[in-house]
Amino acid sequence: MAAVVVDNAPIIDLHDVVKQYGSGESAIFALDGVSLAIYPGEYVAIMGASGSGKSTLMNVIGALDIPSSGEYYLDGIDMASLDENQLAIVRGRKIGFIFQSFNLIPRTSALANVELPLAYQGIKIKERRIRALKALDLVGLSDRLTHEPTELSGGQQQRVAVARALVTKPALLLADEPTGALDSKSTADLLDLFDLVNAAGRTVVLITHEADVADRAKRTIRMRDGKIIEDTAKVLA
Amino acid sequence: MNFFEMVRFAVRGLVANRLRSALTTLGILIGVGSVIILVAVGNGSSKQIQDNIAKLGTNTITVMRGGGGFGARAQSRNTQGKPLTVGDAVQLSDKKSAPNVKQAAPVSNATSVCTNGSSSTTPASFIGTWPSYFEAKNTKVVKGTYFTNDDVTEGRRVAVIGKTTASDLFGEENPIGKVMRCGGIPFSIVGLTETAGSNGFLDGDSLIISPITAVQRALTGYGNISSIVVQAKSAKVQDQAQIEIESILDKSHGISNVNSRDYRLLNQASLLATTTSTTKVFTVLLGAVAAISLLVGGIGITNIMLVTVVERTREIGIRKAIGARRRAILGQFLIEATILSLVGGILGVLVGFIGSNFMIVGVKPVIVPSSVFLAFGVSVFIGLFFGGYPASRAASLRPIEALRYE
Repeated sequence: MAAVVVDNAPIIDLHDVVKQYGSGESAIFALDGVSLAIYPGEYVAIMGASGSGKSTLMNVIGALDIPSSGEYYLDGIDMASLDENQLAIVRGRKIGFIFQSFNLIPRTSALANVELPLAYQGIKIKERRIRALKALDLVGLSDRLTHEPTELSGGQQQRVAVARALVTKPALLLADEPTGALDSKSTADLLDLFDLVNAAGRTVVLITHEADVADRAKRTIRMRDGKIIEDTAKVLA
Repeated sequence: MNFFEMVRFAVRGLVANRLRSALTTLGILIGVGSVIILVAVGNGSSKQIQDNIAKLGTNTITVMRGGGGFGARAQSRNTQGKPLTVGDAVQLSDKKSAPNVKQAAPVSNATSVCTNGSSSTTPASFIGTWPSYFEAKNTKVVKGTYFTNDDVTEGRRVAVIGKTTASDLFGEENPIGKVMRCGGIPFSIVGLTETAGSNGFLDGDSLIISPITAVQRALTGYGNISSIVVQAKSAKVQDQAQIEIESILDKSHGISNVNSRDYRLLNQASLLATTTSTTKVFTVLLGAVAAISLLVGGIGITNIMLVTVVERTREIGIRKAIGARRRAILGQFLIEATILSLVGGILGVLVGFIGSNFMIVGVKPVIVPSSVFLAFGVSVFIGLFFGGYPASRAASLRPIEALRYE
């Protein structure tokens, strides 16, 4: 259980987290006592078959779901102590989400989609526009600002999603099967983008079941039946 | 996120679903518009009836023969009680015993065919009376002159006729100065009355008014008269005038028991009050029907907003995942519903105003300002109220469930 040694506090710190559905005999443990620490600047891939609990883990890390028991500190904040509104604020400020199905707001331009998290943070329109343009520039979509999701290819939509995730300057980029719906060319582009983001110092956690995608990460965590069964750090070349 | 921002999101959400938004707005539009128009129609028809009653004369009390009640009992002109006479009218005109009566006029109704050469007509009313009748009944002569008290005293066979009678007998020619024969007896025409129109049963312009003396001598005989038209000095003293009339007639007809009166009074004011209350019921009914359609429009908003929330569950999940707070989601959906009803309300008021310019089933609608404010206010309230439930449902969706929703 070796981790890349980074000499400051973990950004994600899970202690014996359990997520349980149902109770008694019929109880199903989606997470069965997971303890995990991820440090700033890491690039972590979480792998596992479907039903292994990796999506639940991601939801818990992303503050979308609340664990049944155990402790979770995100950037030092005890998530159990937050109410729904505070969780929304934490999600908005600390985490950038990327989903398999892109999850852009339909019938809304790329630019407006990227501006949206800033709007919810109460950032002024002018600054919002500047930051959104910058984020879209970073993902190479400066020429698609007014396009709506249906007018963009899958790869482009996912890059808009990445821009939206990055525009808030989150501590953590959380990607759930981000390449699941992409062709190989788009996948390669996206993974290059992740490398770039990680190289800039941002923590990236991605969930995948594709080995070649996981290969790009510096640390790979394997899950089965709600438990972490393997946690390997790639030897830096 | 400020209010302005939420409005922007709401507008964007509505514009994204143009057709649906338009149809929902239509529901409210029809509700508000129909409340305004139907109440205006009710109000307009009540105004129309009031105008018609006012046309019959102002502050007039008609004294008629027979006791109270309608039908056979009232119509039976048997020997029961004393008939009305010209003498009664003279007494009622007395300033001392009836200080609140401005004037009284006896009315003798004749039935006769009138001719001019080969043209003939049977006037709907052939009235023998005094000149005071014209003012009391609000009947105006627009061409020629009224007949005078002198004409009455002398029993001159002069006549003021209505438009229908004039055209029946003389066509397009000016009837003034011409002579017609009624029951073979010549009457010279001195005046033409203002067009009164039809009240639905009787043509108010099929009319001949002559001195009572001439009518009695030529046609009805010097017997009983049909009624006495009394005009009170003002609407205020109408009740006092009525008491004076009753005391005079009770005395002259020798009546001690008010229940056995051989005459009855038809009061313009009470007639007006009765019809006003009837038309009010009518207006309320129309308004209620329209209010139901407004309510249906409101339920339409709930329905559409619920569908919208379900359809956009995923979107709500995304918004929550990227940091939208409960308040922001609640605000957006509430504002969407309110905008729908607000726009529907404004358009409904417009439609109401435009629609009220047309004649509807023969009635000129008259807008009741309070109905406009009420309908508009209710529509906005409906937006908040009926939009509130779907909005709170949207806001309380758990992000994880919303995101999983397909």
